[in-house]
Amino acid sequence: MTDDLFAQFRAIQRRASEMWAALQNGLQPLIYLGTASCGCAAGALDTLCAIQETLQELSRPAHILQVGCIGPCYLEPLMDVQLPGLPRISYPKVNPEKAKRILRAALMEGDLSPKLAVGHFGDENFTRQSGIPRFFDLPMLKPQVRVILRNCGLIDPREIDHYLAHEGYVGFIRALQKGPLGVIEEVKRSGLRGRGGAGFPTYKKWEICRAASGDRKYVICNADEGDPGAFMNRSLLEGDPHAVLEGMLIAGFAVGAQQGFVYVRAEYPLAVARLRHAIQQMRQYGFLGENIFGTGFRFDIEVKEGAGAFVCGEETALIASLEGERGMPRPRPPYPAERGYCGQPTLINNTETFGILPNILRKGGEWFSQLGSPGNTGTKTFSLVGKARYTGLIEVPLGMTLRQIVFDIGGGTVRPFKAVQTGGPLGGCLSAAHLDTPVDYENMRASGSIMGSGGLIVLDESTCIVDLARYFLTFSREESCGKCTPCRIGTRILVETLEKIARGEGEREDLDVLYKVADTMQRTALCGGGQTAPNPVLSTLKYFMNEYLTHIQGRYCPASVCTALFEYRILAEKCTGCGRCIRVCPNGAVRGEKKEPHSLNVELCVKCRACVEACKFDAIVGVPTGSRQPQEVTL
Amino acid sequence: MDHPAFSQLLQEDCDRSHLVPLLQRIQQLEGYISEQSVRQIARLLKISENHIYGVASFYSQFRFHKPGKHHLKVCLGTACHVQGGAHLAREIQKQLNLRSGETTPDGSIDYEEVACLGCCAQAAVVVIDGVIHAKMTPDRLLKKIDQLRGQQSTFSEAETQSLLAPTSA
Repeated sequence: MTDDLFAQFRAIQRRASEMWAALQNGLQPLIYLGTASCGCAAGALDTLCAIQETLQELSRPAHILQVGCIGPCYLEPLMDVQLPGLPRISYPKVNPEKAKRILRAALMEGDLSPKLAVGHFGDENFTRQSGIPRFFDLPMLKPQVRVILRNCGLIDPREIDHYLAHEGYVGFIRALQKGPLGVIEEVKRSGLRGRGGAGFPTYKKWEICRAASGDRKYVICNADEGDPGAFMNRSLLEGDPHAVLEGMLIAGFAVGAQQGFVYVRAEYPLAVARLRHAIQQMRQYGFLGENIFGTGFRFDIEVKEGAGAFVCGEETALIASLEGERGMPRPRPPYPAERGYCGQPTLINNTETFGILPNILRKGGEWFSQLGSPGNTGTKTFSLVGKARYTGLIEVPLGMTLRQIVFDIGGGTVRPFKAVQTGGPLGGCLSAAHLDTPVDYENMRASGSIMGSGGLIVLDESTCIVDLARYFLTFSREESCGKCTPCRIGTRILVETLEKIARGEGEREDLDVLYKVADTMQRTALCGGGQTAPNPVLSTLKYFMNEYLTHIQGRYCPASVCTALFEYRILAEKCTGCGRCIRVCPNGAVRGEKKEPHSLNVELCVKCRACVEACKFDAIVGVPTGSRQPQEVTL
Repeated sequence: MDHPAFSQLLQEDCDRSHLVPLLQRIQQLEGYISEQSVRQIARLLKISENHIYGVASFYSQFRFHKPGKHHLKVCLGTACHVQGGAHLAREIQKQLNLRSGETTPDGSIDYEEVACLGCCAQAAVVVIDGVIHAKMTPDRLLKKIDQLRGQQSTFSEAETQSLLAPTSA
């Protein structure tokens, strides 16, 4: 049986590899375009039209590969050109005109426009030859280790053959050979911990689910990526859906499940489309069905769309939602691994956990455990966003410090660095003093934040800490399911108190209220959501108390965010009278003659910050309301 | 009159676990969840209308009134927040006199604030008729809104047609 299985799979694999090789070594140029949601937002679809038009105009045939996000979203839309016999060359921020220019030069004259290129995928020789650096040597990419994202941006996610040509489903075949217990043993050896954020050892969950008795077992992929500011799961599902689905297959085989669900956020329509397409292909190729490769293993996967509720990222709430109820959590135990969907044993893992599994089976648990640090093995993806210079999706070994992530990979900030927010609305804010903290489950928790699912939001001096805490608690208030009182009422009181401080009506006693309510919530809320919802308040009180006090006692918001606590002033000595601020002001609050210092009417100003962003001379500053001499104010 | 979504689903083995997907399909076809469709679901799944409203109103995706011709969404995810998403929201609220979930009185534009669209590296983003616009600023957004008001129904008619097509077929 094993031999047949092998032969059948080998044949599929060989065909796919030949197809890929023909594409890579063919006589037609290849054009890669990142058309994940982030690329499309930056205008990749317009670029795609321009590419198609240009090819038609030049009557040059070429293959266009629509790939997922390769990581550096700040360079989107990214278009890559690979001429026959030459490595792939990447061009950043390609609008339709630029696409036409690059393609004309490359296809008609063989001119690679090295000045426009950002990197190539070839070897050192080509760097010397062309003067273009290697793409993966860029400062943002060099410190990264790509395991989970190994195919993102390199293959067309709609082609199962592309995935197969890159050792796709090899992990699953190994799993079939090892048997369920062998698979769990391999996962145990890898040291893999749940990537949803809690860090529970993956193999333990699997053992519990495997041992649990039930008529039918389920595997659920939690792709309800609800943390605002996080998009790792979206990128993986859009860029390499088969990796996640293969992980589900392996898990289903290991725990003895017959049915899998992918629970995806409704806000991710492209991810849903990619998954549905991929599942269709899996059925065609025999990776899903009644008797997979003649082994007797039966498995199918269905996509379920979430309907917009943050709390559904909590596993028991997710199950309630799948059952057609309000997505409210219930107390654990029993854990879903024992009694979950429809009362049956249900294995729930995060999207990224599933995405890692094929790699562990393919290259061995031992190999995976060498990555990262002891106890925190492997790599983790993060969405590095906010005020960092280089924003995008990154993957690093666990244990790398925040400083390396923010400054080496993210390139630091333009304005002075203030804090980094991790773990989403249930996480915390860490100050510059924590930059040398290794990013792993234990150290992040010890420093007052959490690792969470992987959102890293870099903040600079233009971010107000009080406003940020208010923002997260407002989010938690809106998303509180309302079942337990500490969370429902607690988030409300926290928001009202923070709003009071932001309005400039705060008093010292309000800080006691914040502490007291946060403490009650931590001790008494029903689910992890409610217990950790006060984290943004507590961590900011801990590390940025001064800023709270400036709001309360100084009645001033130093970041110029809380609109009641500052007003804008134009510094006459810095203003050159260029008129940029006048043009962007939506309210006509700025006036002035050309080349004369402008003036700003505080009565008309809505504090939208447009002028500050537009000014190239830092001439517009926030000062305490009613102050006459902006320069003298120091708080 | 039975909705095509129902007749299709009637053939399938339906239980209450289909409630959310069913609501999603109705909203996709009709743009919102009408009282009539709630009554039909109640009959189909043998559950109370009250229960259906209880579930539907729990999720932010479902709306209970007819949507406007153009859909305007502002992302208020964390990355968008620190890049000025709240300013965009405030500008819209002021210009269109709308709060999240409301539609202009003439039915031309509906407005929604959403938690996160996952395009954080392109913050701040807004979505206009399903198209995500990156790195938005208040003055560019105002121009977009003016455009929407100017061309009251060019794009939206086509869109309405595509929404209605499965019903009439």
